[in-house]
Amino acid sequence: MQSLTEKSPLGTFLEHLEQGELAYQVAEDGRAVFYPRAVAPRTGGTLEWRVSKGLGTVYSTTAVYYKGEPPLNIALIDMDEGFRLMSRVEEIDAMNVKIGMRVRFRAHPGDDKQPPYPVFTPLEAPK
Amino acid sequence: MSLSRGSVAVVGAAESDLGLVAQHTSPLDLMAQGTIAALDDAGLQLSDVDGLLSASTQSRFAPMALSEYLGIKPRFFDGTSIGGSSFMTHVAHAQAAIELGMCEVAVIAYGSTQRSVSRAAASPREYNYYEAPFRPISPISSYALAAMRHMHQYGTTREQLAEVAVSARKWALKNPKAWEKEPLTVEQVLNARMVSYPFTVRDCCLVVDGGGAIVLTSAARAKSLRKKPVYVLGVGECLSHSSIANMPDLTVTGAAESGPQAYAMAQVKPSDVDMVSLYDAFTITPILFLEDLGFCPKGEGGRFVSGGRIAPGGELPVNTSGGGLSYCHPGMYGLLVMIEAIRQVRGECGERQVPNCKIALGHGNGGALSSQCTVIFGSEATL
Repeated sequence: MQSLTEKSPLGTFLEHLEQGELAYQVAEDGRAVFYPRAVAPRTGGTLEWRVSKGLGTVYSTTAVYYKGEPPLNIALIDMDEGFRLMSRVEEIDAMNVKIGMRVRFRAHPGDDKQPPYPVFTPLEAPK
Repeated sequence: MSLSRGSVAVVGAAESDLGLVAQHTSPLDLMAQGTIAALDDAGLQLSDVDGLLSASTQSRFAPMALSEYLGIKPRFFDGTSIGGSSFMTHVAHAQAAIELGMCEVAVIAYGSTQRSVSRAAASPREYNYYEAPFRPISPISSYALAAMRHMHQYGTTREQLAEVAVSARKWALKNPKAWEKEPLTVEQVLNARMVSYPFTVRDCCLVVDGGGAIVLTSAARAKSLRKKPVYVLGVGECLSHSSIANMPDLTVTGAAESGPQAYAMAQVKPSDVDMVSLYDAFTITPILFLEDLGFCPKGEGGRFVSGGRIAPGGELPVNTSGGGLSYCHPGMYGLLVMIEAIRQVRGECGERQVPNCKIALGHGNGGALSSQCTVIFGSEATL
């Protein structure tokens, strides 16, 4: 089992993000696993790290309305490798993000307070 | 070994003060007030209580704090905390404890001052790296994502969501204890301030203070107490995930598992149920639960709630108190969901009473559609 005294699952994920990569894990039965874990769900077995090709499909989407800000997109993205994550689709109005839309990953660099995180952009220009 | 249909009964049920309580009132004040009112309802004393179950986001070790407050040393205690459905789970656990002789009189209590102290103070969020950067309004955005998926797959509309809020308000106007006192229209719901699409503020539950308690004991002891016993016919529980990104299918909740468990134990089917009390945190949740609990086919929930079917005078009485949307929603509303179902079986609901209500279903929801627990209550005639 992976030691947690030197590196955490999230720590490894963030190292990949700093390289512009979206990392995920695969269990011994080949299932994709996300979020990153120290042990495989269901089996308790070991997990291997992989790097996603970065292509996915919007599974669901909402726009949140904070006072004094434009609507902010929040989406669940189903990655082609078979895992799902919460993220945001950028470079498009929040309300124009549609279920079924194909999207491409990029790493958001974060800032002093926020570690880097994955965001998405539409694969094709919206019609 | 499994729980036995009708082995325990609810013998006391009461709300604490609801709405907006005085400054410096604590959640424990409300739990204690509800506990004594529920014991009075049953004709029991604090000294009879040997089981105590409680959960609160404002009291991390609620059974400990409430035991101290009440000056009792319960033999059995449980602080299972899985959000708004915690108290349905407490019913199952209390039933198990009573059946095993671990206690005889169990109190389940809840209290919240989230309106007085603010939601942020009452229910501080745990940090989750996989959600925090995207700034969801928790938990509203999680439910909005489920609603959007339901709308996409089944053609559910914002107007149908609004029908849930409008029906709840019609019931609330028949409940003197309801927070909301004015009528509500579909147009008002749609045109209210948008929070997280497709939800306006009127698609979202109230943020008020409140709490209460229920008292359970063995069916044998229940017969000698003040009120007609309301028997626990069936219980079912399901934990399917924690955060919304890990919910396998956003249109199918764990109610599809907890419901059949409860029906099997109760030996009833949805068409036997006279009244339904569903955790309506948001307008999508009764739609999902009506489907998953077998009151309509999957995907039909939006059409099912339309045309006043779940409003007063409709085919299926749902959330006759006015629900979390219009009556009271003190953060973890599941206890009040059950209190209304219990009162309907007792026939205590006045203007909103469902005629000849023998079987009532209470369904609780917690987290981001994460914990689903169902309790089926029945009158003596159903044993």
